[in-house]
Amino acid sequence: MNIEPVVAPPRYERKEWLSILAKARADEVFSAWEALGERVGYQALRAPEVGLLLVRGRMGGTGDAFNLGEMTLTRAAVRLESGETGVAYVAGRERRHAEIAAALDAMMQSPDLRPRVEQPIIARLAGAQQTRRAVAARKAAATKVDFFTMVRS
Amino acid sequence: MSPALDLDKIRPAFRDPVRDSQTVFRQVMDAVARPGSQADLGAIVEPPAGLDAAAAAVALTLFDFETTVWLDAVLSGGEAEAWLRFHCGCPLVSDPAKAAFALISDAKAAPALSAFNPGDAKYPDRSTTVIVQVESLDGGRPVTLTGPGIKDSVTVAPKGLPEGFWAQMQDNNSKFQFGVDVVIVSGQTLIATPRSSHIQIQGG
Repeated sequence: MNIEPVVAPPRYERKEWLSILAKARADEVFSAWEALGERVGYQALRAPEVGLLLVRGRMGGTGDAFNLGEMTLTRAAVRLESGETGVAYVAGRERRHAEIAAALDAMMQSPDLRPRVEQPIIARLAGAQQTRRAVAARKAAATKVDFFTMVRS
Repeated sequence: MSPALDLDKIRPAFRDPVRDSQTVFRQVMDAVARPGSQADLGAIVEPPAGLDAAAAAVALTLFDFETTVWLDAVLSGGEAEAWLRFHCGCPLVSDPAKAAFALISDAKAAPALSAFNPGDAKYPDRSTTVIVQVESLDGGRPVTLTGPGIKDSVTVAPKGLPEGFWAQMQDNNSKFQFGVDVVIVSGQTLIATPRSSHIQIQGG
């Protein structure tokens, strides 16, 4: 008997998976890549390169734009043997992270390769990020102080 | 804002960006220091359609986000433009007088050399470096170069340059310190004829 899952597994948009790959921790990306059974061949279109990015912000969403600071960034672009092109921009200086993220982006664009990446890698990375965020939120919530004034009679 | 690039058609650039661009830089520097000498860059990069390998290698080495680049009508809008935008990130300009580099694939339809930026009195080095693709570096009308970097004299005979090109080069040389520097490219080889070279057209 075939049991249908109650909740359909999420299908990601490109914007979402690029964000997930960029925010994933490098060691998670490495182990996910190692765990990928059959490795796909790819060629570097743009070898991983490290650069600086100026991060700008806007106070409250309406204020004037100001320069928050610069951050290091690594970018890469690869082409799979099957022809898909993937790109990646990741924070930090981990070249291999950018290269693998670009290869995974290319695999996600191929209808044949996508099933091997979407649930096993992208969904797992997204789950790990959600857990980390929840833990951080809980720790922050535990330090919350409620101020109140007792009205003296 | 230029339209988004179609990445699927872009070919890779240097296999080893640091070493390859240093190798090409050295060869171009030597070629400019010794006007008229041929430099063979070899199969260092697989160029996009429309560009010669040597022109593509020079572009990867010297073009970046700070150098304005002018492309001729053949190269504009094609595979070569997308390739340059992706790999070099160079701003493209339509006014030849604003270009730091110019890439010419159809020498016969190119604007006059005087249309490019000759530099100014304070910064003569800010002139345009014009890269011209020709059929061959040999077999054309011979001209003799003399001047800095040339022992006695050297004869070059690129084939495929338009009529009157060397007369323009003589004019260019006569305005020194102003003037453009020209790199003549064919396949994997190039020669440089900087503004300092004095040009004598043989039999003319």
